[in-house]
Amino acid sequence: MVRLEPRRQHSQAMVYLSPVLAILMTLVVGGIIFAFLGKNPFDALYTFFILPINNSYGISELFVKATPLVIIAVGLAMGFRANVWNIGAEGQLTMGAIFGGGLALYFHDSESILLMPAMFVLGALGGAFWAAIPALLRTKFNANEILTSLMLTYVATLFLSFLVHGPWRNPEGFNFPESRPFPDAGLLPIIFEGSRVHLGTAVAVFVVIAGWLLLSKSVIGFQLRVVGKAPQAARHVGFRQKRMVWFTLLLGGALAGLAGLFEVSGPIGQLQPSISPGYGFTAIIVAFLGRLHPVGILFGGLIMALTYLGGELAQITLGLPNAVTGLFQGILLFFLLACDVLTKYRIRFGTIAAKGRTA
Amino acid sequence: MGVATVTSTTGEAGANTVKGAGPAQLEVRGVTKAFPGCLANDDISFRIEPGEIHALLGENGAGKSTLVKIIYGVLQADEGELIWEGKPVTIASPHDAREMGIGLVFQHFSLFETMTVLENIALAMNDVRDMDALRKQVLEVEKTYGLPLDPDRHVYTLSVGERQRIEIVRCLLQNPKLLILDEPTSVLTPQEVEKLFETLRRLADEGCAILYISHKLHEVKALCQKATVLRGGKVVGGCDPREETAKSMAEMMIGQKLTAPDRGEARQFGDVRLAVSNLSLESDEQFGTDLKGINLEVRGGEIMGVAGVAGNGQNELFRALAGETEQEAAPDSIKIDGKAVAHFGPRRRRRLGATFVPEERNGHGAVPDMSLSENGFLTAFRRMALSARGLIREVPTKSFADNIIKTFDVRTTGSGAEAGSLSGGNLQKFIVGREILQDPGVLVISQPTWGVDAGAASAIHQALLDLAAKGTAVLVISQDLDEIYAICDSVVVMAEGKMSKPRPMADVSIEEIGLLMGGLHDLEGQENPAHDTQVEGGRLGQA
Repeated sequence: MVRLEPRRQHSQAMVYLSPVLAILMTLVVGGIIFAFLGKNPFDALYTFFILPINNSYGISELFVKATPLVIIAVGLAMGFRANVWNIGAEGQLTMGAIFGGGLALYFHDSESILLMPAMFVLGALGGAFWAAIPALLRTKFNANEILTSLMLTYVATLFLSFLVHGPWRNPEGFNFPESRPFPDAGLLPIIFEGSRVHLGTAVAVFVVIAGWLLLSKSVIGFQLRVVGKAPQAARHVGFRQKRMVWFTLLLGGALAGLAGLFEVSGPIGQLQPSISPGYGFTAIIVAFLGRLHPVGILFGGLIMALTYLGGELAQITLGLPNAVTGLFQGILLFFLLACDVLTKYRIRFGTIAAKGRTA
Repeated sequence: MGVATVTSTTGEAGANTVKGAGPAQLEVRGVTKAFPGCLANDDISFRIEPGEIHALLGENGAGKSTLVKIIYGVLQADEGELIWEGKPVTIASPHDAREMGIGLVFQHFSLFETMTVLENIALAMNDVRDMDALRKQVLEVEKTYGLPLDPDRHVYTLSVGERQRIEIVRCLLQNPKLLILDEPTSVLTPQEVEKLFETLRRLADEGCAILYISHKLHEVKALCQKATVLRGGKVVGGCDPREETAKSMAEMMIGQKLTAPDRGEARQFGDVRLAVSNLSLESDEQFGTDLKGINLEVRGGEIMGVAGVAGNGQNELFRALAGETEQEAAPDSIKIDGKAVAHFGPRRRRRLGATFVPEERNGHGAVPDMSLSENGFLTAFRRMALSARGLIREVPTKSFADNIIKTFDVRTTGSGAEAGSLSGGNLQKFIVGREILQDPGVLVISQPTWGVDAGAASAIHQALLDLAAKGTAVLVISQDLDEIYAICDSVVVMAEGKMSKPRPMADVSIEEIGLLMGGLHDLEGQENPAHDTQVEGGRLGQA
């Protein structure tokens, strides 16, 4: 019999080391998988993890991919800290893109400098609105937000698909399921000439700093940590769990919506059926990889962004399927969770009685 | 065989076998057990004769529980040996212990609420084949030892005392030669305690050795013939409790002189600061107790005790007073300084000058994996102005925690230490200190010294007395009657969600409180007891 036994003291160092350990083990297992696929593991790993960022363009692309991941993950981490499990950031991202992007399509011949800020607001509102539904269902009917937020993701992506196939399809677009391109006033300014790094990347850095301040310096951040760590203590001092459910879901939804808007008004420039390679889901891994801490999330976001870039390159140069990206992300999450479990518990073999004799 | 073994141990046994001819029922020799960072048992030796009621005394953390776990086979000693009836033995598991004839009644019962008494007993037996035979056995044991208990009742319908009887019956069915009881009376009324003692004495007369673990010294004095005192994992002495006083044994336990709390001069009471009138409340827990028409008034400078056996609505009362449960419908049912607050949440009640200390420290009164600074901030940030414009003010927050640590002598590495790293007594001092330093007008405190060592307990008692002397109304919810007698001016008793009329401490006897705790007496104090017996008789007649 194998049992997990809680450790008396768990090492504080391991809490921070476990992501590093998880990454190392992911590399080892990844190498083995590449070997089984008939590739030289060292070449493959090099292609996957080094090649994408050995030039300045690659590094700029890393920032582009990390931007939505970091923005979304900071929002999700707030919720996870308070035991609010928003799994539907992908849907909130999509709704943000629809709301903000819709404004750009409505004013498709606008040149106003107010269009972009208005899109920011609408994008955030769209995401928050989509997250408000699970919040309402949780607080009024005690419906599990894991299920509701996840299911609403599919509603949102199908809704986007409906819009670009139907009412919002580009009239001059030869029947392709795409919207009009956004007007220039509705496109994010590029902050590094010659790259795709846009204003959203700067916003992501701001979100990290603001998230850190909120979590560690503000009363509301304190409240959500207490609600997460000791719900009974929170009730005792009158920190209301329902308020935290609303706050974290709306905040997470707004940030995901903003990230969605940045995608469509940045790298993509229009609405199309698929606007995200699963950023909303990957951000969950980013949040845990970053130990639910905004600064950690910044690093976590860069690492996960690398798996997207590496996956693309592996497709092109090694002829591997795109699923390799998802595989790597999955392995990483698996090892991360395993390391966390073993930080808190130790494995014991044998029956209780046998343990007694040997102890 | 037996003779040979006895002679082999005569070296030590010889001196001790004056009373009985045979070997000790159990002898513990040089038992040592270390945990990471703590030597829980350090070279512990003592012996229990057959038929002896032996007390194991010690403060929390003295190593009593560890020693019991070693005897019961839950833990293995690093060094030393156990001699059972003259033979060295290895007790590898609780299963082995039961086979040998060791029974253990836990402090916290391990019972399944939704199953019947008989089913619960069957679950704890090593091997049950025939439920009918078991039922017969159970009834027989109950009759022999005077432990009335209907085998077919569901556990959730039983009082705590009855639940404990299940545990005892469970042990007796195995014909134990050594029965261990770990703090068995902490949940019983004085009358129930007396019944338990009768059972234990009868068992001892039949030759069963009893190891009785408690920190209630007058009980040890009444029941036990021998005592072994532990402190810091070591045996620091043994005595005959019948020849000691409770005070002398307490001083052996803590290793220093005890001072009684200083109640000051006769106190003057001011205006009513906490008033509860006709508070009724359905419990939000499945097996909770509904509150039925609670009335009480605590005046400034008064310490009122709420006595009662656990589970009679005290938790519900605390939550209602602290604002964890709100009464939208009847705002007037709770008043703080004359202001109706029953519809307020905890924060608005605290703003009016009330503070609260819940029974459970970890996770309710404090967040274990947050620092002491943050735990100070937790309840005090408004009243002590530790936040400004939605942000935590780091400097005053830290100095507030430092002030608690200094004023209440909290032993810790500093305000950055996690609350969970403190011992029970130190964390309790911190929590009590946190609420007292907010200079409250009303303090409601539940089980102030539960699981707290004697030194910390007397510091907390003194702090409560000092607070009341400054004009605060203090309500102490406690199951420990000694505590209520030590610090309270008046007492009310809770039973089945109802509350008795308040009585001044000076003219109420412990027997009366016991009767009220059992819910036997009329709670309103109007009808006469004779009437009660008639009703009781009538009911019996019908049945």
